[in-house]
Amino acid sequence: MSTLKATIILNGVKQTIIGAGTLLELINLKKLNKETIVVEKNLKIIPKEELEKERIAENDSIEIISFVGGG
Amino acid sequence: MNDHLIIDNKKIENRLFIGTGKFPNKKILRDVLQRIKADVVTVALRRVDIESKEENILDFIPKTCRIMTNTSGARNAQEAIRIARLAKAAGCGNWIKLEVIPDNKYLLPDNAQTLEATKVLAKEGFIIFPYINPELSTARRLVAAGASAVMPLGSPIGSKRGVKTSELVKILIDEIEAPIIVDAGIGYPSEAALCMEIGCAAVLVNTAIATAKDPVAMACGFSLAVNAGRLAYQNTTKARGKYADPSSPLTGFLGETKNRP
Repeated sequence: MSTLKATIILNGVKQTIIGAGTLLELINLKKLNKETIVVEKNLKIIPKEELEKERIAENDSIEIISFVGGG
Repeated sequence: MNDHLIIDNKKIENRLFIGTGKFPNKKILRDVLQRIKADVVTVALRRVDIESKEENILDFIPKTCRIMTNTSGARNAQEAIRIARLAKAAGCGNWIKLEVIPDNKYLLPDNAQTLEATKVLAKEGFIIFPYINPELSTARRLVAAGASAVMPLGSPIGSKRGVKTSELVKILIDEIEAPIIVDAGIGYPSEAALCMEIGCAAVLVNTAIATAKDPVAMACGFSLAVNAGRLAYQNTTKARGKYADPSSPLTGFLGETKNRP
């Protein structure tokens, strides 16, 4: 089992993430579908193909966003 | 009938654009979009609610529809630019309904900030549909900056107060070459018809359809109205007059008597 641990701000909520070293691992940990979301790390958009290699570090601010109904 | 709108080299057959908020459920939304054969639909971007897995709205929008992501939630140009870039990265194309709204009471847009965002996003290749208070100078500047259309408001978003700005919208139609698309405030089909009669290229309706007793039936009503208004715009020849102009001959009345000595 992974011992990775980082305290981050995820969608505005400070939380400690255990067991996810990359953004893709975080998405899987949260049971999200990467095809329907977009991820921003520290105000930088991370393309889907880079989620696998983009590492999570202490104090990162991560936004996970998706489409909703709107006018 | 060969009467389509072309934006970004894309053919738009249906001039009733649909906003996807406030529907009772996503299945009804899909029924509406399928029934009226919607071409352009708007969506918004929000943080994922990680604890409660929601259905993905894109699964309920027919693949034939073009998605236009709005920048709702943006209070200034920078926030709108950020949302537009996120929308593009999310993989739904580069059509953006650009709205910059610092006012929560009336949800009236900030024209100056909208212009600033348009300047940046147009250079990045976005197809921009700016939502504005109808104002000619701003509309001219937006088009010069690269906006693909202009979306003046009829009345405050979701208010169903109707097209209170029709005189100003007409000025935009007369003076701006880009398509004018009324967005916000349209509460009834007759108001959509009015917009089309005066020459709008399209209208965007959300609340009036989504909150109707039967959204599919209401969408059909709006669709008929948009088509009716468009046909009237294309076929009107005689301007309104001040005095009567009889439709029946003014001669040969029964009982008419000639001058007799």
